[in-house]
Amino acid sequence: MREITLSQAVNEALAEELRRDPTTFIIGEDVAEAGTPFKVLSGLVEEFGTDRVIDTPISEPGFMGIAVGAAMTGARPIVDLMFGDFIFLIMDQLCNQAAKTHYMSGGKLNVPLVLRTNMGATRRSAAQHSQSLQALVAHIPGLKVAMPSSAYEAKGLLKTAIRDNNPVVIFEDKLMYQDKAPVPEEEYLIPFGEANIKREGKDITLIATSSMVQVAEKAADILSKEGIEAEVIDPRTIVPLDEATLIESVKKTSRAIVIDEGHQSYGVTSEIASRLNEKAFYHLDAPVVRMGAMDVPIPFSPALEDITVPTPEGVVETARKLCSGELIHAA
Amino acid sequence: MSAAKKTTKSNSDDYLRMYRQMVRIRTFEDNANQLYLSAKMPGLTHMYSGEEAVAVGICEALTDNDRITSTHRGHGHCVAKGAEFKQMFCELLGKEEGYCRGKGGSMHIADQSHGNLGANAIVGGSMGIATGSALRAKLQGHDDVTVCFFGDGATAQGLLYEVMNMAALWNLPVIYACENNGYSEYTKTEEIAAGSITARAEAFGIEAFKVDGQDVLAVNELTQKLVARCRKGEGPFFIELETYRYHGHHVGDINREYYRSKDEEKDWKENRDPIIRFRGWLVEQGIATEDEIEAMNAEIENDAADAVSYAEAAKYPDISEVDMHVFAD
Ligand SMILES: Cc1ncc(C[n+]2csc(CCOP(=O)(O)OP(=O)(O)O)c2C)c(N)n1
Repeated sequence: MREITLSQAVNEALAEELRRDPTTFIIGEDVAEAGTPFKVLSGLVEEFGTDRVIDTPISEPGFMGIAVGAAMTGARPIVDLMFGDFIFLIMDQLCNQAAKTHYMSGGKLNVPLVLRTNMGATRRSAAQHSQSLQALVAHIPGLKVAMPSSAYEAKGLLKTAIRDNNPVVIFEDKLMYQDKAPVPEEEYLIPFGEANIKREGKDITLIATSSMVQVAEKAADILSKEGIEAEVIDPRTIVPLDEATLIESVKKTSRAIVIDEGHQSYGVTSEIASRLNEKAFYHLDAPVVRMGAMDVPIPFSPALEDITVPTPEGVVETARKLCSGELIHAA
Repeated sequence: MSAAKKTTKSNSDDYLRMYRQMVRIRTFEDNANQLYLSAKMPGLTHMYSGEEAVAVGICEALTDNDRITSTHRGHGHCVAKGAEFKQMFCELLGKEEGYCRGKGGSMHIADQSHGNLGANAIVGGSMGIATGSALRAKLQGHDDVTVCFFGDGATAQGLLYEVMNMAALWNLPVIYACENNGYSEYTKTEEIAAGSITARAEAFGIEAFKVDGQDVLAVNELTQKLVARCRKGEGPFFIELETYRYHGHHVGDINREYYRSKDEEKDWKENRDPIIRFRGWLVEQGIATEDEIEAMNAEIENDAADAVSYAEAAKYPDISEVDMHVFAD
């Protein structure tokens, strides 16, 4: 199968959906001629014109609100938010307006929009351009949240998001835009709420989102050499969450580590860990462990930044302890 | 140059310091760019080269007590507000001796002890901060003034209109300094800003001025007047400074002909350069000779080279610093 980058996969998904559905349009900063700073949208304005690939001023709450209004009245906007960190600027439009309109209208109004944005540290971009804020939006009922872990996932999930009748937020890891993966030429969709078992194992379950899937897979390789067989699962969407697959796996392995690049406290890892505790408690041989980014603003200095995020070595070390029965959370 | 001022001794010193500060900014940026090109600097950075007269003209009208808020393109404001090369290069390289102990980097660089409240990576993110600083001055009966630097692109942020309204209602000592360099990232200003920029401020009853941002004396004279009026409770004010950035939006923005022509860049560099213009004026007025100016340039280049070597050899923060400063004691 051909291999393309995550950036190309997103570009293809957008082009296919823009061709298929004339009510879709892209809106955001420097999305047209510039194709965004990451060049993810290059070529789209040439095919679809400036009415479907709309450059905006640096007015995030403004264009987010415009997208909500357009979505409520028959369009399917795809909003491009240049950095995930800017989600704080659009919170009202996203969380008070987009997320609640369907419910508040008693199901009479829909807000079918996609917010594409990014996440991920270690790009030396400091505290306001490095955050992974998926937990903030996952907390708000009415928003779906997808976290693609490869080019293949990015394309299939984005196409599903665009056809969904709800607001969907997609977090792409900005460090993965150039990562290649096999992606079929034929059209495909990836349904929401279906986790992907990336690797089967019997000793411990590693549940990982986005680029943390790579971290988990590397850890699983190392562990396998030591005789520990880790199962790696990518939930793909954290809302909706495929609880059943996660619980099934943990029932089999009796141990789990949840890895996500958001801050560890009050995060995605906490939510998944507590669901496992609630629903698979009697199958567990060890506490479910969370591994997220440290609870600090992301520092600029490489010497500090690199230690704030989960690493394969860190996962291996924790997995070893869990599997050997070491008491890792002694009071 | 706008001002044919009488050049007294002390004026001469002021002029020479303005020249020196502009050259220091340009030299700092040339070195920062080199560090990027030689892959010694982590991440990206936004160069201030070309806009020196704006930061220097304004900051030379301020005292250490006056505050500024800076932007993602903040090296120029930082130097102009009194920062030293050593700690600045250390910050750029993420070293412990940097102004922010390596935690901020290029986009958050600031010498806080000279009243710089920080560079900001959120476009428009400092507008509230600057206005809040001015409110504090008024409430506490201090006469310091706060200057809020931001780009033309940042005028698209709604926050500006909320805070200008309050600043005008409450007569706050704040000067909104819009550095209009003609571009907002990869887009021309006229494509992202409808109508007039100064009229936005005037709508709130704020006196607004448009000035040639490549003319350091014009910028300085205007700012001096407005600062004095701010101190008397006549603020806020708004200045639009017409200027130009010589490099790409950031150091990695090399192939930019799709949004900006080489001829245009050449024209600004050759015909409107703030340093060349001011240098010519200094010589013409007999304030400095060509030789004196060359000596000053050479001294600044040496300072920068020393600071770069120092920063390269300096140590990274200890990893125990990672969770320091999350909360104040
Ligand atoms: C809220 C926000 N939106 C978008 C960006 C990305 N961004 C960084 S600089 C910039 C352009 C800013 O233009 P302007 O204000 O004119 O300043 P200049 O870069 O020209 O100095 C953009 C869009 C950002 N950092 N923050």
